Amino acid sequence: MAHFTKATGIADWLDQRLAVNKLEKVMMSEYWIPKNINFLWAMGMVLVITFALLVVSGIFLLMYYVPTTDGAFYSVNYTIMREVDFGWLWRHVHGVAASVVFLIIYIHMFTGIYYGSYKKGRELIWISGMLLFVAFSAEAFSGYMLPWGQMSYWAGMVITNLFSGGSLHADGLVEWIRGDYVPAQAFLGRFFMLHVLLIPLAIMGLIGLHFGALRIPHVNNQDGEEIDFDAEAKKYLDGDSKNSKVMRFANDFMSKDMMVVGVYLIFFFYLVFYNYGFAMDPVNFDPADGLKTPAHIYPEWYFLWSYEILRPFNIDLGLVLFAFAQVIFVLLPFLDRSPNTCAANRRGKPFMIWFWLMLSNMIVLTAMGKLPPEGIFSTIGLVAAVLFVAMWLALPIITSMEKKV
Amino acid sequence: MENNSRRGFMGKAFGAVAGVGAVASLYAMKKSWDPLPSVKAAGFTTLDMSIYQENVMVTEKWRGKPIFVLKQSAAMLAKAKENPRDIERLVEISGAHYMVCIGLCTHLGCIPAFRTASNDFKCACHGGEFDASGMVQMVPPPRGFDIPPFKIDGTKLVLGEVGPEWQAMKDNGITL
Repeated sequence: MAHFTKATGIADWLDQRLAVNKLEKVMMSEYWIPKNINFLWAMGMVLVITFALLVVSGIFLLMYYVPTTDGAFYSVNYTIMREVDFGWLWRHVHGVAASVVFLIIYIHMFTGIYYGSYKKGRELIWISGMLLFVAFSAEAFSGYMLPWGQMSYWAGMVITNLFSGGSLHADGLVEWIRGDYVPAQAFLGRFFMLHVLLIPLAIMGLIGLHFGALRIPHVNNQDGEEIDFDAEAKKYLDGDSKNSKVMRFANDFMSKDMMVVGVYLIFFFYLVFYNYGFAMDPVNFDPADGLKTPAHIYPEWYFLWSYEILRPFNIDLGLVLFAFAQVIFVLLPFLDRSPNTCAANRRGKPFMIWFWLMLSNMIVLTAMGKLPPEGIFSTIGLVAAVLFVAMWLALPIITSMEKKV
Repeated sequence: MENNSRRGFMGKAFGAVAGVGAVASLYAMKKSWDPLPSVKAAGFTTLDMSIYQENVMVTEKWRGKPIFVLKQSAAMLAKAKENPRDIERLVEISGAHYMVCIGLCTHLGCIPAFRTASNDFKCACHGGEFDASGMVQMVPPPRGFDIPPFKIDGTKLVLGEVGPEWQAMKDNGITL
């Protein structure tokens, strides 16, 4: 048996049993972060805080939400919104956070692309991050079903229909996913389960993997500099913290991180209190009706770019390109053949143009996805969709021609 | 050495038990997601076809989906006869012709609206159009409205049951 001595205090008592001092060093004070970073490196913490807001508000919603086709709409729009004290707060926090979390995810993603943070040992950080994006998408979609309004119902109808695979006519698969011929009780029940249990568990597991994948390669920096973390950490611990290229995760980095989080939270709660409308589709305030399609069915803003890639083509080609758009980002570390790990503006013109064009093109696709598919808008949408695919096909070529800087 | 082979055996034995268990539980999980017997049993709807009037589009419900029933007027019928793909889609009961279709756009499942002025259907989601016999007139929908399995029973139509007329339509590729 291990040897225990009489504890000198609570901290020592815990340290003997849980090695809390060692744990604190490994996780916080001796987890090293480069100094040459900027506020974009705080997005990870902003996402953690937003996820926490989603979990807490979700727990309160879960206590009053009724997952039945008869009761769901009423429980959300009457019980939670009118009867429960501060029920509106949980709903608006949940709805706004579900939308804003995607904005932050996109910033986080494009920061990673810009600074090449998916290369040289950081591939798994990128892949686990993209798996998180998929899990968050599934979480957002399943949550969107729960109020059982018109948009919930018809989004559920259209998205599950995608699984028939166009001309493959896998209607049996669609009925299996729904547990019925149309979205009904079985469908609502299983999406409720997915939303409150299975997908959140997967997300938490993936967050663990994402952080774990960060551990050995460490966080990237603005200059793509390869830092000898052991040597720099030693310099820091020996007292020369000024000349060391690294700092402690806590409290050095955390203090800056939480400053950004503070600014973000002011913006976030401004939205929750004064501008939550963007996260609440007016059509979804009509109860689900299987015999009446809303005039325009469109997804939430964060899915519009991939929806717009589906739309201009016939169903089979549309589905193939849609699937392409869903998985292609995952392969980024392998499609980028360049030897350089640094900011896009230092890698030479081709990649820099690629980066900004990809970002602008996704904004264009998002805008076109929201507009009705008529006239000039459908032409712009078509061009942008073709450009999206062409740019990904061109990426390995332009990056392999890149010179070492 | 002896220990190793024993451990190897135990590992394989556990692997076999776990493998059987994994396959069996996947089967159970798959079956638990299937539509329930009560859902399947409710999948039949009987329509009395004698009550419909010509030129009036009526929406019925079968398996939670809208069913478009349109008794064809003489003008519609004359137009449908010009195109064999149109006339084959119609259901004939006691001398009258009916369009009986699942009222969901074959593109992504929205419900097209009937336009009385032009006697056709227009889908608001992505702009697909269908004529009075349910045949597609304008893409993106890949085909005309699907026809639900039906069985003719006198002047009644039982939806959900396969009759010889529907089987013939399916075999001829008129519906899925």
